[in-house]
Amino acid sequence: MIDIAETNQEKLGHETMGAEPHPAERPMRRLFLANRAWLGTLGVFVVMMAIFFVANPRVFSNWGLYASVLTTLPVALFLTVPLVYIVTAAEIDLSFPATMGFAAWIFALVVQAGYDPFLAIVAAIATGMALGLLVGSLVVYANLSSLVATLGMNFMLRGLILMLTQSKSIALVTLDQSLAYKIFSSQIFGVPVQILWALAFVFVCALLYNRHRFGVQVHVVGDNPDSANEMGVDVNRVRVKAFVFMGLGAALAGVFSTMINFTWWPTSGDGYLLPVLASVFVGGTPTWGGIGTVVGGGIGALIVSFIQTGVVGAGLSGFYVQFFNGLIIILSLIGHRWNQIRYR
Amino acid sequence: MTERLIELRDIAKSFGRVYALGGINLHVDKGEVVGLIGDNGAGKSTLIKILSGVLKPTSGEILVRGQQVTGWSAAKSREAGIETVFQDRALAVQQTIVTNIFMGRELSGFFGWLRVAEEEREARRLMREIGFTSRVFTPQSIVGQLSGGERQGVAIARAIYKQADLIILDEPTTALSLTETEKVFHFVRQVKASGRSIIFIGHNIYHVFDIADRFVVLDRGTVVLETTRAETASAEHLINFMQRVAHPVAASGAGSQ
Repeated sequence: MIDIAETNQEKLGHETMGAEPHPAERPMRRLFLANRAWLGTLGVFVVMMAIFFVANPRVFSNWGLYASVLTTLPVALFLTVPLVYIVTAAEIDLSFPATMGFAAWIFALVVQAGYDPFLAIVAAIATGMALGLLVGSLVVYANLSSLVATLGMNFMLRGLILMLTQSKSIALVTLDQSLAYKIFSSQIFGVPVQILWALAFVFVCALLYNRHRFGVQVHVVGDNPDSANEMGVDVNRVRVKAFVFMGLGAALAGVFSTMINFTWWPTSGDGYLLPVLASVFVGGTPTWGGIGTVVGGGIGALIVSFIQTGVVGAGLSGFYVQFFNGLIIILSLIGHRWNQIRYR
Repeated sequence: MTERLIELRDIAKSFGRVYALGGINLHVDKGEVVGLIGDNGAGKSTLIKILSGVLKPTSGEILVRGQQVTGWSAAKSREAGIETVFQDRALAVQQTIVTNIFMGRELSGFFGWLRVAEEEREARRLMREIGFTSRVFTPQSIVGQLSGGERQGVAIARAIYKQADLIILDEPTTALSLTETEKVFHFVRQVKASGRSIIFIGHNIYHVFDIADRFVVLDRGTVVLETTRAETASAEHLINFMQRVAHPVAASGAGSQ
């Protein structure tokens, strides 16, 4: 019996040694396979923009249209990318709009009190991460459903802001004279500088997601928490970290959004809940956890941002926006379903 | 004098008011294959989960190389040189072979960045070593694409990566084909020949009898028999004993006929 096994094994071994490399070993094919999720999303974006362009070439060859999208897109990117981590960890966070509003509030208060905006940014980030820690700990250690618990936290935090501020906004009139504003919110050769920061954020997060311990642990925890636990991964800690990371992104989004508008509103962040969720899933991250794509999420945010501008720019009235929003989401989901196989 | 690798002293585990284990004493020496046998619900899996650190015992002591350990956890168990191939294989099926092999102990350098090239090289080496190589998959293949035997191969490759002193195989031959089972047996002999130890858990007593030096029979959370290969006449001897333990009345009734 043993001898048979050994000869079998040798045979297998020889086959491997002599054979040409497996198709998946070829560099180009391997690159394609590893990136197929976000390449699909990129395809959707290109097709969508081509349609818009054909519908109204004059409007879509105007740089002003792109500049306006590139000013607001960064806020969505700072929210979408960390949410990809959360969804990959098989959780969901609906509390990020309130976290964003809360962190931006702290930013506005510190600036209003006359401190340097850099200090205000640090304070906002600390607030966002602390709120992420709070939400994450609640979900993980109290063992609550993240869907319901974060929904509750979103209402509670927003309610707290409204109660404490009596729903009054804060105008930051001197902000545009500060160095921080020039670094984070001005323009370079007509390009809004926010987008450069946001792209750098997406790039670092994509690396963190694929090539860092944290990213890999988020993947395995979302894929199979029991296995991860058996292999010594501190599953709860990884989950909490993902929520803290979401808080960091929400804080950055809040700071950038306040800097664009020179004003903090008590409703800051509210409008981002559904578009950001849509961006994650349009981007090619599936709902069940374990896999996802950061770059795809970024392109998803790009698609969602352009739908509104695009539909109006193509000559349709604003009443068409919601319909096309929905259409793109559904078409992308069908595309990704067809592109990805689910292993269980 | 053989070296004592791991020793459990009076380990008990209860889940609420259910007693899964009541005072287990078990030891494994260096280079020894221990066969752990018992019916469903005898406490085998609970015992394995305690050894691998997934569960913490309610009471009792764990000694590794004569040293008592505190704050026992899955990570500590692996650090102590204990690797477990779980019954469910503990794989993340949407991830690559590399990710699964290094799950829980990623090779990372500066600031936690992965050493990707090194991980892939090591994974390739491990796959070749256990003879589960094939043209059909690469270290970057998704585990969900592999067959049952190949997934078992990934789980075993993970267990031998760190030259562990003790490898626990929980029902490694269940749901495997004959040739795949032979591969597992071959692997066990290789590990034993290299002077390392194994705990082999099996439903199939013939499998366990073939491979183990010493047998430990569990029943309802306690060790009911501990015997060596030399003291045991045949696999039937063990099976008879287990039937007597499990169904004392029925077995004695059958014996008197």
